[in-house]
Amino acid sequence: MKSTRRNLFTTVAIGLVAVACGSDKASVAPATTAAPAATTAAPVTTTAAAFPADSAMAKIKAKGKIVIGTKFDQPLFGLKNPTTNEVDGFDAEIGRLLATRIFGADIKGKVEFVETTSKVREEAVEQGKVDLVIATYTINAARKERIAFAGPYYVAGQDILVKKGNTTITGIDTLGGKKVCSVQGSTSLKNLAEKAPTADASITFDKYSLCVEALLDGRVEAVTTDNVILLGFVADNPDKVQLVNKPFTTEPYGIGVAKADTVFRGWVNDQLEAMAKDGSYAKAWAATAGKTGQKAPTPPAVDRY
Amino acid sequence: MLVWDNLDVFWRGWTTTVLLTSASFAVALVIGMALASARVSPVAPLRGVAQLYVEVVRNTPLTVHMVLMFFGLPKLGIRFGPITTAIIVLSIYTGAFVGEVLRSGMNTVGVGQIEAGRAIGLPFVDLLRLVVLPQAFKATVAPLGSQLSALVRNSAVAYTISVLDIMGRSDRLITDLARPIPILIGAALAYYTLTIPLAFAINAVDRRVRVAR
Repeated sequence: MKSTRRNLFTTVAIGLVAVACGSDKASVAPATTAAPAATTAAPVTTTAAAFPADSAMAKIKAKGKIVIGTKFDQPLFGLKNPTTNEVDGFDAEIGRLLATRIFGADIKGKVEFVETTSKVREEAVEQGKVDLVIATYTINAARKERIAFAGPYYVAGQDILVKKGNTTITGIDTLGGKKVCSVQGSTSLKNLAEKAPTADASITFDKYSLCVEALLDGRVEAVTTDNVILLGFVADNPDKVQLVNKPFTTEPYGIGVAKADTVFRGWVNDQLEAMAKDGSYAKAWAATAGKTGQKAPTPPAVDRY
Repeated sequence: MLVWDNLDVFWRGWTTTVLLTSASFAVALVIGMALASARVSPVAPLRGVAQLYVEVVRNTPLTVHMVLMFFGLPKLGIRFGPITTAIIVLSIYTGAFVGEVLRSGMNTVGVGQIEAGRAIGLPFVDLLRLVVLPQAFKATVAPLGSQLSALVRNSAVAYTISVLDIMGRSDRLITDLARPIPILIGAALAYYTLTIPLAFAINAVDRRVRVAR
């Protein structure tokens, strides 16, 4: 008993230290470079093109590395693996794909991921700490005053989670009379009440994991919140739950770049379109968020504002 | 004003809290009486079981019981709605405390009383029913009252399994109106309308039975 207890304490302590170190490193010296995930070190069409002198692309190429701001704590999109020190996820893959379009197929040691939490993203771009930010970064007007967005490359939004094989719930319009769970006090619950007023939202908890538990127990027929969160639960229970995949709110994710640099933004947009066309977008999805069994979304049209 | 405008919402939560509390306390009294009787009984295994119950239930937070029961029972094929589950959990939980209160009340009954009961040949059950419990209850009015008052406040935990009591309705209002402070004050007032009259009533009863003794 005694030794078990001590082990538990030790584990917790090590965990805390690891977390502390992790975040420390992220903000101070985030120097990890990452090899591309094998699946997406894909054929590159525009191998090491010549870029106009003075363009951001040319500067990155001359510098020999691209610095990408991303999340380190967002499963399936940008999650730093503490053992390999690599950043896994769809955002990171999109970043590596962009890198291959500057450096060619071999980007080993040429991609640097820097943690940009939600609060520091605009600053990181404005101060030139990163070349671009790919970090579940919703495009909106307030942010556009400080930086510019390429993309969107993904449309997040509130979606619905159901039991595997459920065919009656196909979208927000089919929730009438159904028991739908969301988290107490959340925007998701509010959106549900607004967009599906006849849905039965009597079951709510303080955590989404409990909603999923209630879904598995059959106490509710659906769980609703942001698809990015729901995808994480699909990853945990791929045989039991599935995403309806019909977001009914819109949060377009863009790639943040310096506000004045329209050349760079245009180039990133070109690459996003090319990735959508040549299938590398779908491959990047399959290697990351697609591991949940969720099909790759149709790449949204880029917005060249 | 915000509270006044939503009085109907608070009312619905209030009735649910009253339902939770009254149903649970009734069951808890029965559980508590059984526990206390078992703990003073001459049968050793019965004493052991009762003590185990009390220690297991009493030494864990209520919210753990609530969530475990709500999600655990379906795994055993038993499924109750949120309100029923909440009443079961609150009864089991409060029952453990009521049992301890009654036991200490029984201990205040003089040994002479029990010996007299035995002397006239009362079996154990009748000894409890006719001699010990009536006197024990008189000694326990005040502590039982505080258990009931605690139950009123503890019942707010039922919201963790989505029972829309005073707490639940208030939280829904906060989500809708984004005005947490006035609504939480409203919730506190709603609980006061139950707990303050309760405290006065218990004091009155306590005084009366004490005089009678």
